[in-house]
Amino acid sequence: MKITRKEFLELSGLSVLAAGALHAVHAVKAEETSHPAGAQADPPKKQMALAIDLRKCRQRLGCNLCSAACNAAHNVPQFSDPRHQVKWIWSEPFAEVFPLDQNGYTRRNYTGSPLPILCNHCDHPPCVEVCPTGATWKRAEDGVVMMDWHRCIGCKYCITACPYDARSFNFSDPRTALQQVNPDFPTRTLGVVEKCDFCAERLAKGEPPACVEACPEKAIVFGDVHDASSEISKALEESYSLRRKPELGTGPNVFYFL
Amino acid sequence: MRERWLITLGYGVFVVFFTFPLWRAAAARSSGSMPRLQSSPAGQCVAPVEQMRVAHMNMLFQWREDAVRHNNLTFVAYNGKVYRKSLDGTCLSCHDKQQFCDRCHAYSGVSGPDCWNCHNDPRAFAPRVMP
Repeated sequence: MKITRKEFLELSGLSVLAAGALHAVHAVKAEETSHPAGAQADPPKKQMALAIDLRKCRQRLGCNLCSAACNAAHNVPQFSDPRHQVKWIWSEPFAEVFPLDQNGYTRRNYTGSPLPILCNHCDHPPCVEVCPTGATWKRAEDGVVMMDWHRCIGCKYCITACPYDARSFNFSDPRTALQQVNPDFPTRTLGVVEKCDFCAERLAKGEPPACVEACPEKAIVFGDVHDASSEISKALEESYSLRRKPELGTGPNVFYFL
Repeated sequence: MRERWLITLGYGVFVVFFTFPLWRAAAARSSGSMPRLQSSPAGQCVAPVEQMRVAHMNMLFQWREDAVRHNNLTFVAYNGKVYRKSLDGTCLSCHDKQQFCDRCHAYSGVSGPDCWNCHNDPRAFAPRVMP
């Protein structure tokens, strides 16, 4: 059989087209099977959450026992340069925390004092969405947004993605900024991101987070919000609570009672 | 052909240099400078010594993955004993970082893994009396 140059070119062109079309068909099919309409990843069975009762917190203005306990437990470095600060739980003025929830008429009692903030362990954490290495993830069993410092490459994408400023980067060796080291918890190293992990190491032992335990006013309640009989669920039922920037759709799990 | 001796010499030098690592290793072995690591004072490691010698790094990686990513902290050893998957808590409660890890890693020229950039050597904080 003889084939002319023209026929050969036509045939090869057609084959390339056919192969391309097959790819497109496969891709569409895969898309359909992997995302059936409306389906999402299973929500965690438990969802650990934190409620901070600012009515009790305000009883001790200037108290920082929660963050001090956290910093000591997790070897959180204290850099003096504000641009390099590493923060797990810390305080910010009301206007920074709830910028949309203030008007000129609220009593300063409510808005005048700084309030503790930390990672919100969101239902839909944007930091997890953007992490290129899977170094941060939402734990399936209890909804804690975890970090694997072994796997963090320090790209800081999560810092950009987090609307709560809850993630910090180690711009220099954190060991140089530690007065005392808790030998039972690792330090971090230059070039990794860190944040609050609801004291995963304490949860594993059945203990509450360090900040909850440290608060002398018992202003911080911790527990599973999916469990209607838990202390936090009852507290949330009883009082009206605020969350930071819920309008973003991240589903923050740190609640504040004004 | 007048340079034959030169070429042979060149070959000889090449062979000696090429096989130098082998000579050096053999010399080190016979000179007895190889570190004799103390076995675990508890007398029993989480796996047989031969296995730990060749595959401790795999086990450490596995433990790391299990503990950090899967919240699975218990390890059942070959002899049925149960351990907590923890470098600082379990491994270093028997082994001394400097006397055990560092010596052998230095000797074998395996540049230290970067565990210690973050993990603490418990002995650096609370000196323990080894039994």
